[in-house]
Amino acid sequence: MTTVASGAVVLLLLWLALWTVVARDAFLAVAGFVVYGLLLALVWVRLAGIDVALTEAAIGGGLTGALLLGAVGRLRGTESAAATEIAGVGTRAVAALLAVGVTAALVLGVLMLPEPVPTLAPLVVPNLPATGVANPITGVLLAFRALDTLLEAIVLVIALIGVWSFAPDRAWGGRPGPHYQADPDGILAYLARLLPPLGIVIGLYLFWAGADHPGGKFQAATILAAMWMLVQMAGLADSPRTDHRGLRAGIVIGPLAFIAVGVLGLWTAGAFLAYPEGWAKPLIVVIEVALLPTLTLVLALLMNGPPSRGGTR
Amino acid sequence: MSVETLFALTACVLVGIGLYGLIAQPHPLRKLIAFNIMGSGVFVLFGALAKRGAAAGLPADPVPQALLITAIVVAFAATAVTVALLLRLIESTGSASLAEPPAQD
Repeated sequence: MTTVASGAVVLLLLWLALWTVVARDAFLAVAGFVVYGLLLALVWVRLAGIDVALTEAAIGGGLTGALLLGAVGRLRGTESAAATEIAGVGTRAVAALLAVGVTAALVLGVLMLPEPVPTLAPLVVPNLPATGVANPITGVLLAFRALDTLLEAIVLVIALIGVWSFAPDRAWGGRPGPHYQADPDGILAYLARLLPPLGIVIGLYLFWAGADHPGGKFQAATILAAMWMLVQMAGLADSPRTDHRGLRAGIVIGPLAFIAVGVLGLWTAGAFLAYPEGWAKPLIVVIEVALLPTLTLVLALLMNGPPSRGGTR
Repeated sequence: MSVETLFALTACVLVGIGLYGLIAQPHPLRKLIAFNIMGSGVFVLFGALAKRGAAAGLPADPVPQALLITAIVVAFAATAVTVALLLRLIESTGSASLAEPPAQD
């Protein structure tokens, strides 16, 4: 059964990818990409990566899809112009040749993978109890490879600064996106009142359960950010002012707390980001609690885009 | 064929499909979608290698899986920056064309 199911998923995935790339209409391409992202989550389940599947479904399919859908709506007029620039037969032939070449090289690599399989799992398992968390992924993210997670949090903040810097001068410090207006008695406003309490509970559960089960701050932050976007799109709340001090503090608190814990490790455990014996779990909780507002705010504000109105200048 | 080999080979094809779209599609947003497909192919390949590394009672090697979560989040951030750049380009030039503008004289 499983082989048949995997085969079906693979065929559907390849067909969707191809369709997304060659579709005539950008809107159809984005719709295809959203379904592709959800299907990809199934692939992650088959590859025993439940944590990755959750992230893929929430961010790869959900947030990226919503972001692209928003962009398509504002690109309507530019599509016909691009159609006149369609690549010539020569370019397409070269592109196809290059694609086939790269695929062939990768396939060769896959078929010649080394035996025995290199793996770090035997190193993770005996060292995991020292971190106090039971989910090996969380252990890797916040203890064994904490530096990667720290740099990632910093990259997210830099990405947000990048997006904000595309704002015109007159809008700097203002609010991003339009102030959505929706029928106050409509289904969107109804859902925006009904879902956020549930979403917040589910998000916080995923956040707390991430220590011992699949889940964690990334998946939790995505759900919380999605709830905030829903409230904004239903017109129940405006997008935040980007020069709000509290907002900016929330954005940087995660990386700052992470770095503070890291520097603390220099004195108490002899290395940057090392945890003193017996203190790993509480310090991991401190970092995760500080990262949650950062991730939630940054993900939602990346969706919002650069400030566009109500600037201070 | 094992699941991981099947998905690893699928990933190779996904990278190819994405690369083709990246070059052949003229519209920047279509290039961005194609690039995301190419990236997801790289992720699946990496994930298949993680599955191969199942050992010590774990269903897969957790180190590459944790890095994958990081990678997916960073890919989203990069996509968001690109979309903002693209919308700004349209706002200031009125066109999403990446072609060289015709000579003025």
